[in-house]
Amino acid sequence: MKFGVVIFPGSNCDQDMIYVLKNILKQEVVELWHKDTDLQGVDFVVLPGGFSYGDYLRSGAIARFSPIMESVIAFAAKGGYVLGVCNGFQILCEAGLVPGALLHNNNQKFICKNVFIKSQDKNTLLTQTIPQEKALKIPIAHGEGRYFADADTLKKLNANGQILFRYCDENGAVNDTANPNGAIENIAGVCNEGKNVFGMMPHPERAADAELNNTDGLYLFKSIIAMVTA
Amino acid sequence: MKFKAEINVMPLKALLDPQGKAVTSSMKNLGLAEIENVRIGKHITLEIEATSKQEASSKVDDACKKLLANQIMESYDYTLTEA
Repeated sequence: MKFGVVIFPGSNCDQDMIYVLKNILKQEVVELWHKDTDLQGVDFVVLPGGFSYGDYLRSGAIARFSPIMESVIAFAAKGGYVLGVCNGFQILCEAGLVPGALLHNNNQKFICKNVFIKSQDKNTLLTQTIPQEKALKIPIAHGEGRYFADADTLKKLNANGQILFRYCDENGAVNDTANPNGAIENIAGVCNEGKNVFGMMPHPERAADAELNNTDGLYLFKSIIAMVTA
Repeated sequence: MKFKAEINVMPLKALLDPQGKAVTSSMKNLGLAEIENVRIGKHITLEIEATSKQEASSKVDDACKKLLANQIMESYDYTLTEA
């Protein structure tokens, strides 16, 4: 499977993502520069974490108008698979590729720690092989990660199975104390209606190397790759 | 004609504004406990070349809707004057 990892000025999780896809999962990976428009025939585009364009104006707001994003938006419109992690999720929201927005954390802090999330739906490429009851330990690192969508949008997200992950405690219980940033309904990740564009705040690429003592993030990547190995 | 726009972008009233909340509580430390409900947004100024005020206004609206404000979380208003 051929992955393309987009690099914006200010991206800082791009190399981690490339390392996991290439060295751990043995997939073909190309780097896609923000000024390019050619997606090089990739099967899957990843928007990595970081602080694209210095988070000027709003996180993700400027990146959304970079040349590569025009191609990514067209790719997604044709059903192409796109995953945005952290800043990548913020960019997807700004681009309108997934619904909602990411607000400042309710505790006014940048939060960098391991949290637990639980897959909410088996019917997406990103979550199809994840054990549904398992609380996955995945780190977050963000200042603006409080997911928000209005009541109508939330209703649709729930009805269409577009909520990918919710924050939970280590036993898998979804409750207020397990919610690190005040995200509405504990939402940590969502997808679009077509279920080909995925956004999430936690960083699976930071939990995918056995040498780091946590490989829960591999569940997500293996689910993606299952598409071609099945 | 050249116009100048003064744009205010504010977090939606229904949403928690953590920055404003932090500043509100620091007012107490300053001995200004009477001050409440601080909300923090952005003030943006820009100049625009247009043949009429109406044209300038529609372009500023476009800029606000597409980039300067995210209407899921922010509202905006502006004043337009001939520069």
